Amino acid sequence: MVETPGLSGYECEISNVIEEYFKPYSDDIVKDKLGNLIILKKGNTGDRKKIFLAAHMDEIGLMVKQIDEKGFIKFTNVGGIDQRTLLAQEVIVHGKVDLFGVIGNKPPHILSEEEKKKTVKMEDMLIDVGLHKEEVKEIVSVGDIISIRRKMIDLQGDRISSKALDDKAGVAVMYECIKELNKMNHDCDVYAVATVQEEVGLRGAITSTYNIFPDIGIAIDVGFASTPELTNDDLSELGKGPAMGFGANIHPKVYEGLTQIAKEYNLPYQEEIHPGETGTDAWAIQVTQSGVAAGLISIPLRYMHTSVEVVDLNDIKNAGKILANFIVSLNLVDLEEMLCY
Amino acid sequence: MFVNKINAELLKKLLMTFGPSGNEEKIRKVIKEEIQEFADEIKVDALGNLIAIKKGKGKRIMVASHMDEIGIMVTNVDDDGFLRFTNIGGVSPFMSLGQKVIFDDETIGVIGMEKLDDIKDLKLNKMFIDVGLPSKEEVIKKINVGDVASFYSPFIYQNECIISKTLDDRIGCFVAIEALKKLKDTPNEIYFVFTVQEEVGLRGAKTAAYGINPDLGIAIDVTLTGDTPKAEVMDVGLGKGAAIKVKDRSIIVSPKVKDLITEVAVDNEIPFQYEILDAGGTDSGAIHLSRSGIPSGVISIPCRYVHSPSEMVYISDVINSIKLLIKVLEKEKINI
Amino acid sequence: MLLKRLTMANGVSGNEDEVRNIIIEEIREHVDEIKTDRLGNVIAIKKGKEGFPRVMLAAHMDEVGMIVRSIDDGGFIRFSLVGGIDERILVSKQVLIGKDRIHGVIGAKAIHLQDKNERNTPLKIKQLYIDIGAKSKEEAEKLVKKGDYVAFDSEFIEFGGNLIKAKALDDRAGCGVLIDLLKEEYDVEIYGVFTVQEEIGLRGAKVAAYNADPSFAIVFEGTLCSDISEVPEHSHITKLGKGPALSLMDSYTIFSKKLNQCIHETAVENNIKIQYRQPSPGGNDAGEIHLTKEGIPCAALSVPCRYIHSPSSIMSLEDFEGCKKTAKLFLKGIKKGEYVCE
Repeated sequence: MVETPGLSGYECEISNVIEEYFKPYSDDIVKDKLGNLIILKKGNTGDRKKIFLAAHMDEIGLMVKQIDEKGFIKFTNVGGIDQRTLLAQEVIVHGKVDLFGVIGNKPPHILSEEEKKKTVKMEDMLIDVGLHKEEVKEIVSVGDIISIRRKMIDLQGDRISSKALDDKAGVAVMYECIKELNKMNHDCDVYAVATVQEEVGLRGAITSTYNIFPDIGIAIDVGFASTPELTNDDLSELGKGPAMGFGANIHPKVYEGLTQIAKEYNLPYQEEIHPGETGTDAWAIQVTQSGVAAGLISIPLRYMHTSVEVVDLNDIKNAGKILANFIVSLNLVDLEEMLCY
Repeated sequence: MFVNKINAELLKKLLMTFGPSGNEEKIRKVIKEEIQEFADEIKVDALGNLIAIKKGKGKRIMVASHMDEIGIMVTNVDDDGFLRFTNIGGVSPFMSLGQKVIFDDETIGVIGMEKLDDIKDLKLNKMFIDVGLPSKEEVIKKINVGDVASFYSPFIYQNECIISKTLDDRIGCFVAIEALKKLKDTPNEIYFVFTVQEEVGLRGAKTAAYGINPDLGIAIDVTLTGDTPKAEVMDVGLGKGAAIKVKDRSIIVSPKVKDLITEVAVDNEIPFQYEILDAGGTDSGAIHLSRSGIPSGVISIPCRYVHSPSEMVYISDVINSIKLLIKVLEKEKINI
Repeated sequence: MLLKRLTMANGVSGNEDEVRNIIIEEIREHVDEIKTDRLGNVIAIKKGKEGFPRVMLAAHMDEVGMIVRSIDDGGFIRFSLVGGIDERILVSKQVLIGKDRIHGVIGAKAIHLQDKNERNTPLKIKQLYIDIGAKSKEEAEKLVKKGDYVAFDSEFIEFGGNLIKAKALDDRAGCGVLIDLLKEEYDVEIYGVFTVQEEIGLRGAKVAAYNADPSFAIVFEGTLCSDISEVPEHSHITKLGKGPALSLMDSYTIFSKKLNQCIHETAVENNIKIQYRQPSPGGNDAGEIHLTKEGIPCAALSVPCRYIHSPSSIMSLEDFEGCKKTAKLFLKGIKKGEYVCE
């Protein structure tokens, strides 16, 4: 999943890949008008309690803005990219055919002391695809998307590094959850949705939640894990379990339910406090139609929005287990009563 | 020779009619009268959007062009009769300095500023409007807190271009009106919506799209260009054809919609260019997130100096945009 | 006094329970139907006579405050802000934490120990913490946990010329008005909502309006009042004691001209002071309500409050009564038909 390009607004290819993984474990899969991939795993009973899971399948990336006189490509960002991470990256320009390119810059030898101190702005960067202008224009046009070229690698232990773990880690949690549910008895219908366009404004979650209008909607996204420069004592740590979101965006009973299940099954979890906007699909889910009880599970992740994001696979597996058991625990529950204030 | 090519009289009327966001009564009336005989049904919704329907059997398409314009609202009248004001939509203090504004009752005022040591400190709250009356008592007979004004500047038709205020987005309204008039029988059902309050946050389009719930949304608006000296990098220029939007801050146009409009342009040999706008958004941003999602695109008219009293477009781009819109609306078996 | 109970209750956005309970208890006997939705909005319906329009009335229950992020080894509590608070007002204040209302203080280094620069540099939230007097993390954790909400501890005081000082007048003033309105009888149907989470983005109003389908809506607020000496006359958004304020335009809404006109006339005809709120930044629940579904015309009638979003805001009881009276008369005067002003 992480090696397949899936830029916000251009999720067709990645959604096909995801669909293949979920097919054996689901009852129905549809794509909606904005491209959200809606995976349905039906519950046992006829009662129509609906649980909605959302993990976004889009990732940040770049887009062709102009081809200059020498055939270099000027570009803009899709989603929040730190321009400092772009220098000397390798990219794929998705024109009529995929072109390999590098984001070039002046060699250090000819840089002035002043220049070295400054960040190169994205608008001053160029992609070199090694072709003449005419050849480039033949293959590439304004508006074509560009993805960062990056292979996933294994680090020590169960840790991995790649681009786009934000939020393929979340999609992986849904996969683990749905797989677990295949071995269990659950009454609620579960809609696992790989949402589009989260990185540009939670857009897929807005429309897909409207469409399904569930009783409970849980977003699974990545959260900041502590690193040497982030010393706040309240950040999550890698490998210590998924972080359960708490705050106004989250229905207190959903938070309670998830943490109770974790305790009951001895699965590790952490807590993440959100004083307001969570910046995740949960923010959109909650205020859909006449209101949805929202939850949020974050997979701790280092170096968010770079091409070397790091997660611990155990956090993903544990999140999937907690989620599946939470859904099963709802079998005996009257949701109206549970979600009442 | 270009005078024959477009209905300059109508365009001038659209451009010179008063209509800051939230105060679209006059422009709505002008447009309504203009299109009445061409639409099968016309209605106005709770926010003031004007909706003209052209019946058909195929896809339900919403065409949105906003009829509101940027302007100012009076916040205070002081004892000497000077008016303090705030912006309605994206009003730059630097663009406003020395300009004239016109109120609903056609009172004209000039914008002045307090003495500043450094012009960089210029903000709207350091500026005021002078309507040339000596006292508060005289002024409040005509103008009060909450009254609005639009910028005042002449309509210029010169060579191949139009220079005017409010081309954003009366030129879009013009394109939609001309398309509605020229559209004969259409295989699709078209909702021409002249939206309100776009400049303050795409508000009219949001409620109109909810009410109509179309299969496809197309906004018609102006876009910036990258063809002036030391402009920001942008591949759009005046005279290079209708612009098909790829993305802006409010929408990433679905590749399917982008391809659909492109295909129509190519098939009909209509010059076009792709538009990537790093700042700003338009009605499609609100339409595509309505209900369960509505595939939406934008046809843009390239425009220099947007949100100034001297916006500029080329006639040829306007004509190509009209052609492109008509051909899209006439397309049979749209598959999105 | 109801307003005292309302302002002494704590209801930081996301944790409106205390306020909700008071309101439900207060209005229960006066309405035909009452329910709480998935976000915690209280929706109260008073049926009207046939042929009369339905009117949505809204006031938000939540207030700005803080939330506990972590507890350090010494038992000191780190926190984040909920809603828009000027960080500079935090230091040297008393707070109440969580359901059990644990007392705490936000202190600062003694002035004697500060260097010259420090005295002129505002303290950042990261430098601040709450002291509940616990000796250790373990002791603190018995009383306070991560995620507990923190509200200012502020008394309700009547003073000056018919003024009151309290916390959370934004928008318990509006809640007070709406509760009172629900106790009256009307020809129109009233769809009253006490919303949650206004301070973090008009969240409750968005979902509360979804099933309301009213002809129009009126929002009751405690709004900005900047009529103090250091602000120039032309920037006085509202003035204390000059009556309730009708909104013209803010960051989220251009308000219905027709509704404004009708409400203004009602006040003038009945010799009630009324003012317009200067078009200025800020926003209220109308921002979401007026864009719901196919659009809902909105007005906002507010009680001017000085020093809003601080533990000590001030309002005039005369403005408060004027707000109630104007709204009451306006609602009672609505004639049969779809929309009062057409």
